[in-house]
Amino acid sequence: MRYIRPLSIEDAVGQLAGSAGTAAILAGGSDLLVRMKGGFVEPDLIVDIKAIAGLSEIRETADGFSIGAAVPCAVLGESAALKKAWPGVVEAAKLIGSKQVQGRCTIVGNLCNASPAADSVPALVAAGARASIVGPGGKRTIPVGSVPTGPGKTSLAKGEIIEAILLDKRAPRSGDAYLRFIPRTEMDIAVVSAGVNLTLDEHGVIKAARVALGAAAPTVLLVEEAAEALIGRTLDEAALERLAKVCFGACRPIDDKRGTIEFRRKVAGVLARRAATTAYARAGGK
Amino acid sequence: MAGVAVSTTINGDSVEYLCQPDETLLDVLRDRLGLTGAKEGCGTGDCGACSIILDDRLVCSCLVLGAEAEGRRVETIEGMAHGDKLHPLQQKFLEHAALQCGICTPGFLIAAKDLLAKNPDPTEEEIRFGLAGNLCRCTGYDKIVRAVQDAATVMKGA
Repeated sequence: MRYIRPLSIEDAVGQLAGSAGTAAILAGGSDLLVRMKGGFVEPDLIVDIKAIAGLSEIRETADGFSIGAAVPCAVLGESAALKKAWPGVVEAAKLIGSKQVQGRCTIVGNLCNASPAADSVPALVAAGARASIVGPGGKRTIPVGSVPTGPGKTSLAKGEIIEAILLDKRAPRSGDAYLRFIPRTEMDIAVVSAGVNLTLDEHGVIKAARVALGAAAPTVLLVEEAAEALIGRTLDEAALERLAKVCFGACRPIDDKRGTIEFRRKVAGVLARRAATTAYARAGGK
Repeated sequence: MAGVAVSTTINGDSVEYLCQPDETLLDVLRDRLGLTGAKEGCGTGDCGACSIILDDRLVCSCLVLGAEAEGRRVETIEGMAHGDKLHPLQQKFLEHAALQCGICTPGFLIAAKDLLAKNPDPTEEEIRFGLAGNLCRCTGYDKIVRAVQDAATVMKGA
């Protein structure tokens, strides 16, 4: 096993692409080290990306925000500008693990770990976030929802690194929210979750909506029909009921020790309703 | 496996060591440097017994590689007291009997120190949430929370 800490993304990509055996990218390590300890992975090469310039920064640009792959989730919570623009994304990232884990874990790690129950992913998908990827063939940008392809699996090719998550500049009268169900008050894995992102017109009518569900299918679900249930309406009771019904129907969850299929489907609808209500209020809707 | 040479700062002292690439910082502290205050409870970041402060961030040292400490600042429980003078948190843990077997105590003290550094006047709820990454199987937490509240009062007066 080798441990390297490259200073440039090109070097990191080159080392990953040229590695003969299994290679792992290390940012926060809160998934990787646990898997190494459990004997589930034994990488021949560990590429620590934290010394790469820019990867530990949140940058606010004319287009929005760029959150570097090595930024710990605790730092997201400390960014007043990010919290103001994307409170749902930040509240989702802040739900991952304890204070100790928050100091290390990253949203890119959460995404690439590809757990169906990842907390930050539905919020990012609802936010329309994109992943900026650097690889041997150059750069490409894809929607966050296209990264996980199944539990533990991603669409990233050998040598590719997600260098940042990109969030758009906020349109006026916009708000997002994320909620999950767990049987405890914190520090648990989502049984099911919902992220909602809304933009309103000047009369409080929803003109754009994205609804994403977590732990409801092998990968995060973007529920287009749920967005359609909201667009063109204020958040009246009929719209909320339709939203819950559509989310109930869109879920394809599993039965496991954390919850049954029926429970997950029902709670997905409840959480979508509540997240929509919060997102609507955050967007200034009354 | 080739060893990794690391230079770092631990409790204000410059320290150099060689470690294996897959060796955790917790194992380096305990087995190579003789700093056995941080404990291994779960080894998977769930219990907080191995808590340390790395560049002003509270982390589990079982989830950090020894190699990652290069050029960084590490604070462990061994740096908390000044000679014979206990840190107010340590003193209040004793006074409130906020420990029984003691395995979780170094982690709680480090986490509480980090909590009070960032929030000198926490509510009981903030203390309970702030220390939720540290598990204690003996005390039931109430004594720990009271000790932290009392230490916060003393530290604000200081």
